[in-house]
Formats: sequence, structure tokens, C-alpha cells
Amino acid sequence: MARVEGDASLASAQADISRDAARRLDVVFRGGAGILSILLLLITWELFARSGKVTPFMLPAFSAVVERIYNDALAGELWRNLGLTMYRALTGFVIAAVGGITLGAMMSGNRFVRWFFDPIISVGFPMPKIAFLPIIILWLGLYDVSKISIVVFDAIFPVVTATLTGLAAVDKELIWSARNMGASQREVMWQIKLPAALPQILTGLQVALPIALIVEIIGEMVMGGYGLGGAMMTASRFADSRGVFAGIVEIAFVGYGLIKAMAMVRRRLLVWHQEAAERS
Amino acid sequence: MQTVAQTTVRYLPLLLIALAWEAAARLHLVDTSALPPLSKVAVAWVDLLRDGELVDNGAASLYRGAAGLLLAVILGGSLGLCMARWRMLDIFVNPLVELFYPLPKSALIPVTVLWLGFGDGSKILLIFLGCMIPVTIGAYNGARGADHALVWSARSMGANRLRMMWDVVVPSALPELLNGIRTALALAFILLVSSELIVAQKGLGYLIGYLGSTGSYEGMYAVVLTVAFLGFTADRLYQLLTHWLLRWRV
Repeated sequence: MARVEGDASLASAQADISRDAARRLDVVFRGGAGILSILLLLITWELFARSGKVTPFMLPAFSAVVERIYNDALAGELWRNLGLTMYRALTGFVIAAVGGITLGAMMSGNRFVRWFFDPIISVGFPMPKIAFLPIIILWLGLYDVSKISIVVFDAIFPVVTATLTGLAAVDKELIWSARNMGASQREVMWQIKLPAALPQILTGLQVALPIALIVEIIGEMVMGGYGLGGAMMTASRFADSRGVFAGIVEIAFVGYGLIKAMAMVRRRLLVWHQEAAERS
Repeated sequence: MQTVAQTTVRYLPLLLIALAWEAAARLHLVDTSALPPLSKVAVAWVDLLRDGELVDNGAASLYRGAAGLLLAVILGGSLGLCMARWRMLDIFVNPLVELFYPLPKSALIPVTVLWLGFGDGSKILLIFLGCMIPVTIGAYNGARGADHALVWSARSMGANRLRMMWDVVVPSALPELLNGIRTALALAFILLVSSELIVAQKGLGYLIGYLGSTGSYEGMYAVVLTVAFLGFTADRLYQLLTHWLLRWRV
């Protein structure tokens, strides 16, 4: 009997190992193909730009764009624009996150607050809020306050919605037993409801972050001034196409970095959640 | 009657905000050039509708948005479905999708202008490029989730690849595909309005910017609210469509 069990567990262990190996191979293969296809894209870009079929104005060579970014970095221009864009996008994002979670929690806890904000959220969420940008400029001017405000205005909706649905889905028995054990309203919120709703809240934040970045770039393009979007717009006005393409590459890096960072935060915060176990 | 009352109570806050807006402007609690009374905005809206500004610019925006979105749905959707079925395509194209997915799409505005100028072409290209990726990802995830048993049985019953794609893979991918298109719809509005706001000679975004720069703020508010209303309505209509398309599901 023990023998058979031993065999069975050995077989399953082997199956695990081979599955794991296949997965690893797949990751390696995919990683390799990924790097290859990105390299291929860059090489095609370079060759096509140098082939003479398009003017350098329409498509500057990738090497020229890299050189431009390098020079901007040496001159310090890049860091100033990058820093300003990140500062405004992230400030707006953090305000939207804190405000959105607070509002969501208040709506789920208080019927009056819920009644008042529910139609505003459900009508406002699908609206293209970027259309309000000229009004915000009219009220607040062309400086950082406007740029941050439009980010908050756009990014807060997914956070509120996610917080509401997350809190509504919390297991009632958890709340009841916490109450039974004498937890106060505040303790139930901080120790039971918010942690239980955290996966959904984080999903809301993961939706809000790219929105914050998209809107920040638009705000800079409309209002001008420093920042990656503003620099792109200036380059475009002076028909400086290297500057425009350098802007795209820089903004792509920022977007990629922020999204990866957010995914990392999610993994960190949800180590206790079964979602983390499922992934590995 | 019950439902009418319920709807009224539900949307009462919006009415209250509208009243507060009107009162604040009428009582000069705020600067009326920065916040004209809602009633004057309504008058400006009727004027814009009468002299055709709203319709002409609205038609231009609608054409750009619809063309770009349609291209994104057809090409992006096909790409996603193909990636889910052909492994080689998946391996090579997926990294590119992942590379372009986090790019804030608004960064493409100056490039499309560089390529196609200030007219319709650049906006259509922008919306197409910006909206394609969410559709592709929706189609890809949906099609990958297609039940293998269904696919195999369709194949064994002699369906060719195209037939099987259309009859088995597309319906099972539909819920996620439709979700991807909903994201794309919202994105299309953002890109359309902002690109028209930045560089254009017509379109609702252009009209907002134009009215703002000439100081006719009542008109500007009217167009802003129109765009917001259109975005909201488009999303609600799309949800009805989704509901209807997925009515076969339990």
C-alpha cells in the first residue's frame, strides 16, 4: 500500500516538475521571442527610415531619436520634463486614489451620501471628462493646479466605482462576526471591509493610473509649458520631428515603468490573498 | 408610477446641482463669466443648434470617431482572434502588444499630425491606433478562453478553420471582446475631443476651444455639456447593444 502511494506521489511530483519545466521553457522561449520581435521592430524602423522612402521629417531614424534623447538627458532637459510630468500625474493620481477610496467608503456606509453621489458617479463615469479641460483652465489658469485637477477629475471615477463594488461584495458573515466580537464601526471598516475589498480597489487604481497619465499628457499638450507632453507639442510646432518621436519613446518608458510598478505594489499588498498563490 | 417616482428621487441630486449652479450664477456668488447661469447656457445651445455650428462640427467629430473606432474593432479584433489561434503569431506579436499597451495613447497626437496633417486623416489614424490595443486584448483573452472541447468537436465535425472561427471562437470570445470595445469607445471620445482641442479646424473639440478663445463662455459650456452627454449616451447605447448581443447567454 505504502509502495503504491509512494509511486503515486512520485508520479505526481514528476508531473509537477515536467509541467514546471515546460512552463519555464515557455517563459524563456516567449521572453526570447519577445526581445527578438521588439529588436525586429526597431531594426525595421531604422532601415525603413534610412531607405529614403520616407523623409527624415516623417520618420527620423531610431538611432537619431536615441541620440536626441541622450543629448536631452545630458542637457538636463529630459529630467526636468520627466520630473514635472511624473510629479503632476502622480500627485493627481494619489489625490484621486485617497479621495476616491474615501468617497466610496462613505457612500457604502451612509445612505444619504450614497443617494447624493450615486447618479453623479454613474452619469459622470462614462463621460469624456477631458472636454471639461477648457472650463478648468478658465477657472484655475494654465499652471500645475489645472493640470493636476483634470487628472483628479478623470481618475477618481474608476476608484470610487471599484471601492463601492469591492465593499458591497465583502462577506457579510465576516462583518457580523467582527461586530459580535465587539468591533466598532471604524474597526470594521479598517480591519475587515477595506482589506477584504482591497483586490478590487487595487484593480480600480490600476485602471485609474493609465488614465491619469493619458490626461496629464493631454493637459500639457493643451496648456503648454514644461513636461514631456508640453515638450512634444513645442517640438511639433517647430517641425522638430526628432523631438516628437523622442517624446513618444520617453512617454512610453514612463507608462511602462508606472504600470509595472503598480503591478508590483499589487503583488506586495496582496501576498496574503489567494490570488498571489494562484499565480505562482 | 412607482418607477417614475423612484427615478426622480434617484436623479434628484443632478437636478439639485443644476439648480445650485443657476442660483450661484444668478446671485453673483461666482464670477458669471467663469460660470454663466445654466439657463443662458441653454439659450446659447439653441443658438448654436440653429446656426448649424453644432450639427456641422458634430458630424465631423462623429465621422472621425466612427471611422477610427470601426477600423480598430475590425482590425484589432481580427488580430486578437488570430493571435489566440496561431501560436507563432502569438509568440511574436504579443510582446509588441504588451509594449504598446502601457503607452499613454495621447502621446500619439503630435505624431499623427506630423504624418497626416490637421484634417480628418490624422484623427482617424489616432483613434484607430489608440483604440486597437484594448480590442485586440479583449478578443485575445476571450478567444483563449474558448472551450477546447467545443473547438475540437467543431473540427472533428468537419468545420474548416474559418467556419470554426466564426461559429465557435467568436461567440465564446464575445463577452470579453465587447468589454474591450467598451474601453475603446471611452478612449475614442477622449482622443477625439483632445486632438480636436489641440489641433483641428472643425469638430466639437475645436468648437469648444474656439468659443473659449473668443470669450463666448456660454457657448463653450453648451458644447462641453453636449460632448459629455454624447459620451454618456454612447456608452448607455453600447450597453444595450451588448445586452442584446449576449441575450443567448444564461
